[in-house]
Amino acid sequence: MSTIRFGQAITQALDEEMSRDPEVILLGEDIGRPGGSFGITRGLLEKHGEDRVLDTPISEEAVVGAALGASMMGARPVVEIMFNDFIVLAMDQVVNQAAKIHYMTGGRLSAPLVIRMLCGTNGSTAAQHSQSLEAWFAHVPGLKVVAPSTPRDAKAFLKAAIRDPDPVMFFEQRMLYNTKGEVDGDSEPAPLGEGLVVREGGDLTIATYMRGVHQALEAAAILEEDGISVEVWDVRSLVPFDRDGLRASLERTGRLLTLHEAVARGGFGAEIAAIAASEMFDLLKAPIGRVGALATPHPYAPQLEAAMLPSVERIVDVARATVRGGAGVV
Amino acid sequence: MTRAVGERLDTPTLVGLYERMLLIRRFEERASEYRLAGHIPGFLHPCIGQEASAVGACAALGPDDVILSTHRGHGHMLARGADPGRMYAELYARVEGYNRSKGGSLHMIDTELGFLGANGIVGGGIPIAGGAALQQKRRGRGGVAVSFFGDGAVNQGAFHEVLNLCALWSLPAVFVCENNLYGEFTPQADQSPIPDVADRAAAYAMPGTIADGNDVLDVYEKVAEAVARARAGDGPSLVECKTYRHRGHYEGDMCSYRPEGELEQWLETDPTITFPARLAQELGVDETELGEVRARVERRLDEAAAFAAAGTVAGVEQTLEHVYADSIDSKALR
Repeated sequence: MSTIRFGQAITQALDEEMSRDPEVILLGEDIGRPGGSFGITRGLLEKHGEDRVLDTPISEEAVVGAALGASMMGARPVVEIMFNDFIVLAMDQVVNQAAKIHYMTGGRLSAPLVIRMLCGTNGSTAAQHSQSLEAWFAHVPGLKVVAPSTPRDAKAFLKAAIRDPDPVMFFEQRMLYNTKGEVDGDSEPAPLGEGLVVREGGDLTIATYMRGVHQALEAAAILEEDGISVEVWDVRSLVPFDRDGLRASLERTGRLLTLHEAVARGGFGAEIAAIAASEMFDLLKAPIGRVGALATPHPYAPQLEAAMLPSVERIVDVARATVRGGAGVV
Repeated sequence: MTRAVGERLDTPTLVGLYERMLLIRRFEERASEYRLAGHIPGFLHPCIGQEASAVGACAALGPDDVILSTHRGHGHMLARGADPGRMYAELYARVEGYNRSKGGSLHMIDTELGFLGANGIVGGGIPIAGGAALQQKRRGRGGVAVSFFGDGAVNQGAFHEVLNLCALWSLPAVFVCENNLYGEFTPQADQSPIPDVADRAAAYAMPGTIADGNDVLDVYEKVAEAVARARAGDGPSLVECKTYRHRGHYEGDMCSYRPEGELEQWLETDPTITFPARLAQELGVDETELGEVRARVERRLDEAAAFAAAGTVAGVEQTLEHVYADSIDSKALR
């Protein structure tokens, strides 16, 4: 057991999987000798060789296609997309090709590749380097979507994603890279599709993921002083989604608030709310609260960005309204 | 001066090339009839007229090589040796089809033949071919990846990204452009200022050659040269096959955009007519033998169509199968 940063957990997962399986290869911009824009792949080229750590041109579509074609023939590629904002340049390969190859070939081919993407703001990173686009991919059948909040989960889920037979979109929130947590030395992969109760409570479930988990814990501490007992449920994996975990939490609390840094409109919180409302309505004692970013591009000015993004204060306000049975929106 | 066909390959091989071109031609003509008869529910993009580029290119390949194809992919698949019965079964939406009726014409595959897929997106197979070439290089067994695409696809960004990447990494890829003069309903000249696609190879430091796309031997030789280069580790090449599709972009397209007389001009170089004529003239392959080829093709397609017609229809419970490979198609993946 050791305490490491989130970013180091990603590096360890890549390193350990590359040591375990020679078919694991990495592709991405600047990931070779520079070690990646955020240092995640530092040292891996030197250790595993330039045939397995492939520094690519700035050609997202060709790079994702290269990973896809190689994966269809037995490789286990992991692509680093510097910011999830850039994945749009490869959307045909992700959405029309990789996501559908298993289905449209009647199960005769599959695409076991992982696309790692940085997401979320890092403070004034503005409109093209700050988005959280996970909901787009959860909408596409054939893709799996993972969004860890701690170093332990990041490592265990990335290892699982690399061994998974399907394409996995793996989100890494920039603001979490320097957060620390305990990780097992040579940890095993954790199965995708299980949520986790991070904090138990009896009045309200906050269903959230990535940085939202940390914000929810802060909000829970404040709400506790008001006598509101909050359960924080870390979704961890959007697809597959842990319906049983959500149900178990709502059985304890009877109230739901969804939270993510992504824009609220059409966000994955809407899917969670719809599952709760359509399949678990009998458990709900109050309208569902929603917290997400306002529906604007990310502003550059710090005070505008702060107004756009979910804050602990806003979470606390919506939580209070939800528990009082009022309309808890935004 | 065109060299005699007999100097290039032996007679049985040459007759085999004719048989395969004819198989493609008749497969496509019959598919059109079967569609009109209501047996085929989806799209068809026939490759009638382009048989020589498919057969010539595939004749240059070995068993370890893989192919990424296009929306006009039946010819490539048959040229590679696919079973027309399983192809018709797929078009008929039967479980016995290559994709278990989940794909149809635009997504057909045969993994055993290294045919890694037609593609419904113009240019969509090119990046995958780059990845297949990467894995061929990693395997180190001398296999190459062939990417077929049309003149329309070369104006997609993917084409440029992938040629650059493959040249940069010296990947064993062969890019075969079947220039049939039209991207969908618009002439190539209205889509690009560069008439010869092969010229674009220069931008990526790779050889670009032009083949007479209606001459199966010219295509074979130009592609074989590119394949040899790729196998030797010298990197990718671009081969442009100048050809023409006799039918429209898809079955049902009336081709009102084509100038009068253009089709008739191209019919004069129809490879399923000119090539057997050369076999007869230069090698003395007689009408009896050519007639046997034609009869064999019809018999094979009769059987193929009967196999498809007798196929089974998937139960609706199969709708949710094959979304994910790990077969945990449970409620968590809804």
